[in-house]
Amino acid sequence: MAKFFPLGQVMGFIFSLVLTGIAMLVYFTDMSFTTGMIVLLVTAFIQAGLQFIVFMHAGETEDKWSIYSNIFYGLGLVIMTVLGTLLILLWDM
Amino acid sequence: MKEFFAQFAIPHPSLLIYIAMASMIIGGIALVAIVTYFKLWGYLWREWITTVDHKKIGIMYLLTALLMLFRGGVDAMMLRMQLAVPDNSFLDAQHYNEVFTTHGVVMILFMAMPFITFFFNYLVPLQIGARDVAFPRLNAISFWLFFMGMGLFNLSFVIGGSPDAGWTSYFPLASNEFSTSVGTNYYMISLQIAGLGTLITGINFITTIMKMRAPGMTLFKMPMFTWSALIANLIIVFAFPVLTVALAMGTLDRLFGTQFFTMDNGGMDMLWANLFWVWGHPEVYILILPAFGLFSEIITTFARRNLYGYNSMVWSMLMISVFSFAVWTHHFFTMGQGALTNSIFSITTMAIAIPTGVKIFNWILTLYKGKIVITTPMLYALHFLPLFTLGGVTGVMLAMSAADYQYHNTMFLVAHFHNVIIPGVVYAMLGGLTFYWPKMFGFMLNEKIGKATVWVMSTGFLLAFMPMYITGLDGQARRMYTYSESTGFSLLNMVSFIGAGLMTVSFLMLVWNIWYSFKNSSRDISSDPWDARGLEWATHTPVPVYNFAIVPNLEKGSPEAFWDAKKNGVELFKGKIEDIHMPNNSGQPFIMSIFFFIAGFAMVFSMWPMAIFGLIGVLATMAVRSLEDDHGYHIHAHEVEETEKSYDKGGAK
Ligand code: HEM
Ligand SMILES: [Cu+2]
Repeated sequence: MAKFFPLGQVMGFIFSLVLTGIAMLVYFTDMSFTTGMIVLLVTAFIQAGLQFIVFMHAGETEDKWSIYSNIFYGLGLVIMTVLGTLLILLWDM
Repeated sequence: MKEFFAQFAIPHPSLLIYIAMASMIIGGIALVAIVTYFKLWGYLWREWITTVDHKKIGIMYLLTALLMLFRGGVDAMMLRMQLAVPDNSFLDAQHYNEVFTTHGVVMILFMAMPFITFFFNYLVPLQIGARDVAFPRLNAISFWLFFMGMGLFNLSFVIGGSPDAGWTSYFPLASNEFSTSVGTNYYMISLQIAGLGTLITGINFITTIMKMRAPGMTLFKMPMFTWSALIANLIIVFAFPVLTVALAMGTLDRLFGTQFFTMDNGGMDMLWANLFWVWGHPEVYILILPAFGLFSEIITTFARRNLYGYNSMVWSMLMISVFSFAVWTHHFFTMGQGALTNSIFSITTMAIAIPTGVKIFNWILTLYKGKIVITTPMLYALHFLPLFTLGGVTGVMLAMSAADYQYHNTMFLVAHFHNVIIPGVVYAMLGGLTFYWPKMFGFMLNEKIGKATVWVMSTGFLLAFMPMYITGLDGQARRMYTYSESTGFSLLNMVSFIGAGLMTVSFLMLVWNIWYSFKNSSRDISSDPWDARGLEWATHTPVPVYNFAIVPNLEKGSPEAFWDAKKNGVELFKGKIEDIHMPNNSGQPFIMSIFFFIAGFAMVFSMWPMAIFGLIGVLATMAVRSLEDDHGYHIHAHEVEETEKSYDKGGAK
């Protein structure tokens, strides 16, 4: 029975609902802009990772290292580009 | 009605443009007439337009690149002619702006990009022992999207007016307010379409290299060109989306009045420059890495040695793939950000010169103690080494942000990037073309004419670009359409013009060489005329559709599999010939790209019904594709055997 019941997926689904709920708090409660932004960013990244691993089956194939290194390479570039851009156009202008 | 047609007129015409228009129309009619007369339409459609064969798609990229080399070259000659003497009136300011804009866009995006894509297409599957790329039909879509983007861009010359805001197209200059013709619309939309094709190429080749290598070929047994292709395509996949977004925002600003890059209403004009170079710097590495890969193949072949420092070559490319995204600000040190930012990016820029230097040393150490054979491809490589190093050194000079205030946007900068792009990219393309010519077309190019071409080209290059370093330091700004006698720039600019003339001569010599060799060269050559080393030489010439009758086995191989087979008796082809599964041809990529062209053209002129029609066409072709069942076809073992036998019987080898 345990074999046929997709426990991981069900847990993932519940967890993603919880994450969505937390993100919605930003709208329904009275947070400062910064706290709200932080909550949104953190839940969004966790949500993306969750979808990726649980529902898009990353890590279930033989060449999972290439999928993961691709993701981390991309994340690294994005962080570098966004921080660099903020530095150029806002923080050090 | 009159108004409708008036929008297609050239806003700032001249006799030159009318002559070009007339010759394009006459040329077009002549071409159609010839194809019709010789009844070639069916042949063109069956063998080329619908093909999904990576070799044929490669050759179509090659032809487009050569055509654009010609167009960009004519642009370049016009620019140098205008500057040859002070206060010249050959081109007026507006035409000068248009010509340097189209020269830059054509050379980078429609000459260099298809040239490297030609090598990806032709070589990568052969080097990894595959029968085609991972997604052959998608590959055809890539080509036709690129081709339509190229066509749309060139159309601007005769319909509506060329873009004139520089290949960098900085806002606010590129906004409707300051660039009033539809030229910049052409820029935004044609690059969008061509860029989509490039992005798809990137995905296709990463998948091909990761998934379709012959058994036994681990990543660290891949030939160096394949490695460079993998890294370049990785950079493509991460850099081109930035261009896509920037172009989309620019298009929205110009066509729908959004305010992304405006100077007020919350817009930010510098955001364009920022996004452009977030793509733009990785782009120059996209161009140079495959060039490095080709030089590695050429140098090892003609130094008769294996590559010195294979692993360090790979690691330095991996480093470049990260660092090339960390230096973009060096293109606008002078735009007003603080010293902290400039210092950070100065350091990253100098750091990227390190892996580049590692590669130079690896080639030099490969040559050291090698038995060097000087052939035309090798001569290109030997000229590349010192000339490119010079360009790298001036790059490091530019990298110092404080000093860059002096160099920026002068002819010094122009000298730098031509100094890396011509000996780096162009020499690699032409050397690689000469090297692989016999594999593609079954005869060799003449060596005497070939070597003379290299010498003339290098002489022309030095005469054309060295003076710019001097006039640049003396303050000659780039993109100025003329200068006065009293600046003292006249003599050196005349020298540049003569150098450019010599480079033109060298390109004509290349064309002459192709014609001469076509007429005179022996067709009785082996499939390995250079005594080369890579797997791509292990199959017949001309390469059969299925590439390899038996998939090569590299359990015991090295990056130089063919050399191992020749000298150490390693058996590459084990087992017997079996049925081969091949992809079907399809006309859909071409038709879909035509719809893209229609939509793009309509959007340039804000003709919305036609644009919507084009986009619906695109979606419809996609729908047709997703409902289609296409399982490819099989070449039966006995047919393969017959083909293989026909090679043994002399004739084609
Ligand atoms: C050692 C490596 C290199 C360094 C340190 C370097 C550094 C620089 C810097 C600092 C600039 C901006 C200067 C300014 O605008 O004032 C620049 C411009 C440029 N570089 Fe390089 N570069 C290097 C290699 C290359 C290579 C390999 C290519 C191409 C294949 C290239 C192509 C260009 C182009 C196209 C521009 C100018 C584009 C424009 O403004 O229109 N560079 N380089
Ligand atoms: Cu750069």
